[in-house]
Amino acid sequence: MSEPAVLISGLRMQYGDKHAVDGLSMQVDRGSITAVLGPNGAGKTTTLETCEGYRRAQSGTVRVLGLDPHRQRGQLLPRIGVMLQAGGAWSGVRAMEMLDHIASLHAHPLDTTMLHDRLGLADCGRTPYRRLSGGQQQRLGLAMALVGRPELVFVDEPTAGMDPQARRTTWELLEEIRGDGVTVVLTTHHMDEAERLADQIHIIDQGRLIATGSPTELTSGGRSATIRLVVTRPFPDGAPESLRSELGPETEVAQLDDRSMLITGPADGGTLGTVSRWCETHDVLPESLTLGRASLEDVFLRLTGRELAS
Amino acid sequence: MTNIDQGPRLTQRPELERPEIVQTGVLRQSLSITRRNLIHIKRMPEMLMDVTIQPVMFVLLFAFVFGSSIDIETAAGYKAWLLGGIMAQTVAFSSFIVAVGLTADLEKGIVDRMRSLPINPASVLIGRSISSLMHSSIGLVVMSLTGLLIGWRINTNVAEAALGYLLLVGWGFAMIWIGILAGSAMRSVEAVNGVMFATMFPITFLANTFAPTDNMPPVLRAVAEWNPISSLTQAVRELWGNDYPLREGAALPLQHPVLATFVWILVITAVVAPLAIRTFNKRTAS
Repeated sequence: MSEPAVLISGLRMQYGDKHAVDGLSMQVDRGSITAVLGPNGAGKTTTLETCEGYRRAQSGTVRVLGLDPHRQRGQLLPRIGVMLQAGGAWSGVRAMEMLDHIASLHAHPLDTTMLHDRLGLADCGRTPYRRLSGGQQQRLGLAMALVGRPELVFVDEPTAGMDPQARRTTWELLEEIRGDGVTVVLTTHHMDEAERLADQIHIIDQGRLIATGSPTELTSGGRSATIRLVVTRPFPDGAPESLRSELGPETEVAQLDDRSMLITGPADGGTLGTVSRWCETHDVLPESLTLGRASLEDVFLRLTGRELAS
Repeated sequence: MTNIDQGPRLTQRPELERPEIVQTGVLRQSLSITRRNLIHIKRMPEMLMDVTIQPVMFVLLFAFVFGSSIDIETAAGYKAWLLGGIMAQTVAFSSFIVAVGLTADLEKGIVDRMRSLPINPASVLIGRSISSLMHSSIGLVVMSLTGLLIGWRINTNVAEAALGYLLLVGWGFAMIWIGILAGSAMRSVEAVNGVMFATMFPITFLANTFAPTDNMPPVLRAVAEWNPISSLTQAVRELWGNDYPLREGAALPLQHPVLATFVWILVITAVVAPLAIRTFNKRTAS
């Protein structure tokens, strides 16, 4: 049981000239919730689809529960659950009917009525799929992934389109199945989701793994702070360098665009003071200056120089 | 089934044994998928138009519009003669039903959903085929009833009558493969509609289905008489006693229509089935 739930090494996937996944290696431990985080087009879905056996790894190896997801698909499928990003249901099918249909294709399905109630779908069991709200469709998708009692579930963007309450319900559900020993691999581009839910986060960008760790490790356990500085007029030339020299080596300064900068450094009052003094001496008028604990969003910005959500 | 003692939990409690991993049989999977395809028809009864209103309309239109000007030397005249042709056309169109259903499932990600489940990939196709055969069989029943109303009768015995229906269903089976091939090769339901209409209409009309081949120009007549649909139509007419004597020197398949139809069913299946499965696998293997 000690072998990892998912083990990927040197995975490469290419569509035409585009390297969707470019030498990705990562590991998912059993019984954990692991978030694969990255902007759109980072290669998250391709990686997941390779783990699910939809695509064959062009090079590198992928092992899911110790099995090759493409060659040993027949052995693997009864043990995993897959939540597709979209679709996968007939537009006229009733929610409960769809779930029952999927259940009938498994040997030991869960009780579908219970699953429906737990996911808050009880009052729309007879509603056709096309009339379910986005969040309800997502929850039905999750129910379809769980109905076969999987050891490992892959969920692609589980809370896309959900209202805040549905998101919380879904998070609680995923935490509950982790409590029962099920491994969860989820992709998301919501930082708060990864931060709240995941034991382990893999950040990928342009098909490569750029950071790995628990949410606390990635955000340095709250010991570092971030300052966002937005100014009214474009920065003068060489502004980041001059600010960096005043803040010292422990601080990182990244210019996001010509009017905003992200400063990451030790969480003490000195940094903020230094930044505002720098603004004064360089005749820069701050439009906003915000101080906060480093969030995953900032980690991502620092690593890639780009906003995640955009 | 096995989850009564677990209360409202989503997964088994740690101390409980995980149920042994087994897969459901391919038969159960196929029937499950068949059932859902039939539910789909129940939910959208207008899907049955092609095997209810449409053939009835064809029977009535041809029988009364063409029937008044085409003279067939059988007891019940053109109307009885026509019925075999319309039945052959309707089973030929079962390829259409398969193709449209399969393309729609591929388009909507249903096949991808199925591929995430622990089932034999073949069950998707088997389920689709069974429900399509049932779908076309409804058409055969509806047309037989319409035929009875307008004076068509089976003038032979039970065995030959049954063999006639068996040939029609067998033909429907061969058509399924063409449907799977077209359904897997086409990118959208609209494309399936366009291509299937453009091919199936000439194929089913350029035959002895609606008008005798005797008066066609020689080249056209040769094509029509060798058309597999003509063998089927002729076989059904002979088995039901709705035919009139063949002209001198009719094409070989028409002289032995039952045998020819069996051969066609086997040949079409043997050639198209492997192609269809390969195309389907290629399409679904991303």
